[in-house]
Amino acid sequence: MSEANGAAKAVVFEDVSLRFDEQVVLDGLSFELEHGATKVLLGVAGSGKTTILKLTLGLLRPDSGRIVVLGQEVTAMRETELFELRRRIGIVFQESALFDSQSVEGNVAFRLLEEKVPQQEIDRRVSEALRFVELAHTLKLFPAELSGGMRRRVAIARAIISNPEVLLYDSPTAGLDPVTSTTIVELLVKQRDVYQTSALLVTHRLQDAFTMATHYFSRETNKMVPVPHGWDWDSKTSFLVLKDGKKLFEGDAAEIANSDSEYIREYLTL
Amino acid sequence: MAFSLTEYAKGNVLAVQEYSILSWRALANLFSQPRYLGDILQQMDTIGVGSLPIVVLTGFFTGAVLALQSANSLARFGALSFTGQLVSMSMVRELGPVLTSLMVAGRNASGMASELGSMQVTEQIDAMRALGTDPSRKLVTPRLTATMFMLFFLTILSDLVGLAGGSVIALLLLRLDLNEYWTSAWQTLRYADIFMGLIKPVLFGYIIATVGCYYGLSAKGGTQGVGRATTQAVVAASVLILAVDLFVTRLLMVLLGPL
Repeated sequence: MSEANGAAKAVVFEDVSLRFDEQVVLDGLSFELEHGATKVLLGVAGSGKTTILKLTLGLLRPDSGRIVVLGQEVTAMRETELFELRRRIGIVFQESALFDSQSVEGNVAFRLLEEKVPQQEIDRRVSEALRFVELAHTLKLFPAELSGGMRRRVAIARAIISNPEVLLYDSPTAGLDPVTSTTIVELLVKQRDVYQTSALLVTHRLQDAFTMATHYFSRETNKMVPVPHGWDWDSKTSFLVLKDGKKLFEGDAAEIANSDSEYIREYLTL
Repeated sequence: MAFSLTEYAKGNVLAVQEYSILSWRALANLFSQPRYLGDILQQMDTIGVGSLPIVVLTGFFTGAVLALQSANSLARFGALSFTGQLVSMSMVRELGPVLTSLMVAGRNASGMASELGSMQVTEQIDAMRALGTDPSRKLVTPRLTATMFMLFFLTILSDLVGLAGGSVIALLLLRLDLNEYWTSAWQTLRYADIFMGLIKPVLFGYIIATVGCYYGLSAKGGTQGVGRATTQAVVAASVLILAVDLFVTRLLMVLLGPL
């Protein structure tokens, strides 16, 4: 594969395999994520979804295969070289992974402080990011004082503050009530439609994935609304189903809904 | 799973390799940007200022008991006036640096292991890497710099307080002349003794910070893993300090000449 091909895609996995001790986590996985598109990673627990996100960032190394992110071959880079690339990618961890000894403000501003951005601009961008996730009032609170859903939203604010080109979401709605989940899905849709950020989304909640594929963000109402029938609308949201470390299915919402695969039909009806 | 000697050996070699890489990188980070001055100062406060009470208390009582014990032996040879000399030599060359380091290891190697361990098991270390910040630069190097720098001064303080502790015993129990005690304590010291006494805390500071951070960053398995990492860090740092002390003392004796 040429470098130019890699640069044309946001993320490329090429025959990636990884095992932990005896357990095969990924077995020759290949997929591509277009710029501005969202790929939803589905699969049962332990099917390697989170591992894919960590591999994308170079937090883990595969045993074999190539991973190219924003035109740079992550698998050929050293840890010290990866820090620069990681600043162009945002991630929301499943358990939020906020720095618990720092306030919400410190967490969200972390990346800007590291980049020595002037304080006035930091203040402006932090309040903007917190307004985006509707948590402007939590500036001085600490992560332990927030609910699970609020922590998740602070993690989203921390990930988007530097306008990343790729966003990685690890089960952002897991364990949350339906109302909070919808709020978070709405944020993801807003990020996709307003900022056209490429994203990999790991989720167990199929309804969230379908909501993403069938809704768009209306700037007029500042809300997520269903795509009306007859609209020629490309949600740029596709699905990737993993089973035993392999790709079982890849396609859009209509294709997964009409899939013949027994495993997928069972998964969809669970 | 059956116990495999090969796996066990491999695991240990890998641990030594990871420790070596971490400690080398933490040191190498000092010579390139970015440096975290704010974090270094904060760690200096935690490690240096925070350790003052235990270092002062340990130094005082060690010097006092040293005076008491040595006077007991010296009196048999009618050499009680050498008490100051003996306390001074022992404190400056050996007990000051070693005991101060052991106390700081107990207090701060455990602190580092538990803090970094908690961050590791809650994915905060991964989050930091994901945000484009090198944890060895942001977390390890400031702790290393602060421990090496502050342990140097804590040892000087401990030596001085130890001598003061000895002087209290000399005055109150041994009825020695204070002026004579301090003069003999001062005059017996050569530059070689002071050099030996002050190179050790720098080395021990390096051990405390790198061992504490290594165990913290390699913590696995939730809160239980953090607890285990904390205990292991204190044990490993203490044993390493005592072992390195023996070799460094011997090496410096050869280099600087015997007593």
